Amino acid sequence: MSVKSPITTEVITEAQRQIRICNACRYCEGYCSVFPAINRQRQFATGDIIQLANLCHNCQGCYHACQYIEPHEFKINLPQSLANVRVESWQTHSIPSFFAIRFQQSGVAIAAILVIAIALFIITLQNLNTTDGNGFYAYMSHSMMVLMFTPLFIAPLIIIAAMLKRYWQTINGKPIRLTHVQQAISSAATMKNLSGGQGQGCNYEAGDRFTNKRRWFHQATMFGFLLCFASTATATILHYVFQLPAPYPLLSLPKLLGLPGGILLVIGCAGLAWLKVKANPDLGATSVRGGEMAFILLLGLTGATGLLLYFATGTSLVPVLLAIHLGTVLSLFILMPYSKMVHGFFRLAALIHDAQQKAR
Amino acid sequence: MILAGKHDTKMNSQTLNLTTTTWDVIVVGGGNAALCAAIEAASTGATVLLLEGAPPVYRGGNSRHTRNFRCMHKGPLSNLTDTYHIDEYFDDLIRVTKGQTDEKLAKLAIAESEACLPWMEAQGIRFQPSLSGTLSLSRTNAFFLGGGKALVNALYNTAEDLGVTVQYNAMVEKLIIKNSRFESLQLNINEQRHSIVGKSIVLASGGFQSNLDWLAQAWGPAARNFLIRGTPYNKGVVLKNMLDQGAQSVGDPTQCHAVAIDGRAPKFDGGIVTRLDCVPFSVVVNKSAHRFYDEGEDVWPKRYAIWGRLVAAQEDQIAYAIIDSKSVDLFMPSVFPAIQADTLDKLAQQLGLNEKALTDTVEQFNNACQTGDFHPTELDGLRTHGLELPKTNWARPVNKPPFYGYPLRPGVTFTYLGLKINETAQVMTDLDTPFKNIWAAGEIMAGNVLGQGYLAGFGMTIGTVFGRKAGQEAARHVS
Repeated sequence: MSVKSPITTEVITEAQRQIRICNACRYCEGYCSVFPAINRQRQFATGDIIQLANLCHNCQGCYHACQYIEPHEFKINLPQSLANVRVESWQTHSIPSFFAIRFQQSGVAIAAILVIAIALFIITLQNLNTTDGNGFYAYMSHSMMVLMFTPLFIAPLIIIAAMLKRYWQTINGKPIRLTHVQQAISSAATMKNLSGGQGQGCNYEAGDRFTNKRRWFHQATMFGFLLCFASTATATILHYVFQLPAPYPLLSLPKLLGLPGGILLVIGCAGLAWLKVKANPDLGATSVRGGEMAFILLLGLTGATGLLLYFATGTSLVPVLLAIHLGTVLSLFILMPYSKMVHGFFRLAALIHDAQQKAR
Repeated sequence: MILAGKHDTKMNSQTLNLTTTTWDVIVVGGGNAALCAAIEAASTGATVLLLEGAPPVYRGGNSRHTRNFRCMHKGPLSNLTDTYHIDEYFDDLIRVTKGQTDEKLAKLAIAESEACLPWMEAQGIRFQPSLSGTLSLSRTNAFFLGGGKALVNALYNTAEDLGVTVQYNAMVEKLIIKNSRFESLQLNINEQRHSIVGKSIVLASGGFQSNLDWLAQAWGPAARNFLIRGTPYNKGVVLKNMLDQGAQSVGDPTQCHAVAIDGRAPKFDGGIVTRLDCVPFSVVVNKSAHRFYDEGEDVWPKRYAIWGRLVAAQEDQIAYAIIDSKSVDLFMPSVFPAIQADTLDKLAQQLGLNEKALTDTVEQFNNACQTGDFHPTELDGLRTHGLELPKTNWARPVNKPPFYGYPLRPGVTFTYLGLKINETAQVMTDLDTPFKNIWAAGEIMAGNVLGQGYLAGFGMTIGTVFGRKAGQEAARHVS
């Protein structure tokens, strides 16, 4: 069954108009995967446009190379047009889409979630710090943490899985093969589509000059996040399988993964936020700029509070830092389906589909 | 000095700086040739001012619309495969120009093109494998990653890094020349007149193809219906001013290079996307719905070169390519959707053609088609029989609805009239002596080597080779 996408027709029609012009030009086909994907087709249905939009990494190379940007009557601004489609596609594929629209557009809404989550932990800690564990668990028992977090971790993942299923129907995706996934992961791991095609990088923050700053900061963020995630996963295994509860020494997997992960995450997010301030907002989806910025800061704050918590071990600051850190983590997870965070999932799906299309 | 009004302080202080400095090298123009000249001159330490007539968004002249560089090479070079020797390159040039070339200058351009490619890379220009649909050029032409505007951006960045002062919206009106020596120039910046003094000058301000009055004078009133594929800023003001001051001209003043493009294209600046490659699969008719030339005569690029002229000769300078659903996907996608109808009658109505005349023409054509093998990418010899005006290849009946129509108009690419130069790119006077401190590069002198016809990517070769030369020579003159 095909899901009818309620995406607004204006953004789709506008992207179709621009892509028709791009397909007659083809000067940009060396920059990224979007243009070869355009060249493979002549007609672009809504699903095709949504796929192209999610394939676009917003490197902006095509905008600066384009002879047809405003005030030319063709008014090409493909990075913005595809960003508009992309953001709407995350919203319309979301469940419920109202949440996505709210949190993607509003930094204030994200901050509100964060404040509520932190407050929740402060209250919880104040009322339940009667356990006799070590480290964090002196303040909040592990079972209590698991009880609180498990549903809030699992639910967003289930929602995202459902969103991706809908996306796959929208773009008419085929059964996935390992080789498609390998290609997609390799592309994401190297941020190939922000390389400018030849490693010179993208045009994000320095006008028509190419730099790799965004690529590096993005990878610091992505790998930082993944390391933090791996740290948590190993800690969970140590806890349950090996009966080794936290706190862990420096030379343990959770710390060896988590410490560099936290540092990378902080550096990456700070860098991305800095670049975003310098970038031209008119080459992206302006409606979600506030929400995107708030999300980057939230992600960075998660890393920063985690690190602070580590350095504060044994001091009286731990309870308040713990509440703040857990608040950021919880917010991050709750917001996962409804924030910029989903771009990673959709991007990977788009890269997998692109690998399929290329193979045909 | 007039510095008042609507412009910000930065602009005013730059304008002040412009007019109080005696520049070592002034470069008129802002495309590839101008930038190559400015970069070469600035590399020697000279103070360089580049005067671009367009605002920043439209900078780069016709280079904005280019996509490749025809390059000689004795072995594989960058993305270029195999070899492309000077003799073969020169033969290609002779074939398109029918000998309308200065052999010495042409061979110089060709020979130096090989060293230009690595130089361009060093200036930040990137090359890529030849674009989809252009495999025929993969041996001879190096394609710019991102096209001509990306090239222009890279060159502006390099020029700025070298300290070149760039003034946009700077329309040069007049050079003050005394005893064959350039002294100063008058220009208009944002509707303010200024005078600028320089020790040497490089003219790289293009041809006159966007000056419709001049085109109409040269070609006749029909030229007002031509579309101009490139920049609207090439008005030929500097070219005209130099010719009025005794510069020697080169190239046929009445001719321009025109191709048949989508008739719905913008008047100016439509660029590459307005091309239509549907002619060989079409029945092409004029306003009276009559055919006027063998649509299947030849493959690209010859076909490309002649159809602009053919359409220009028709009433109202318009023609219509009629195809059916068998052929609609056989050529590069068009920028505007084809006009579509279920019957030829309805198509004629939509195109504003006489219905009976069009159906008669197509019927007559269809009846003359023969059975045989159709090969869209080569001369297949599938020809009509019995028509006074045959179609000699790809002649398949137009009979499978829906039917499609594309209006065609002449799209002017460049003009041939230019300034005669010597081997150091110095502009020559009518007396066959050079102006002491005036050089020329790019379209304004391309007529020296490309007197007729068109050779893909050769304009950029001329611009790069002579732009570099002019910049080097101008800088040497003041050192």
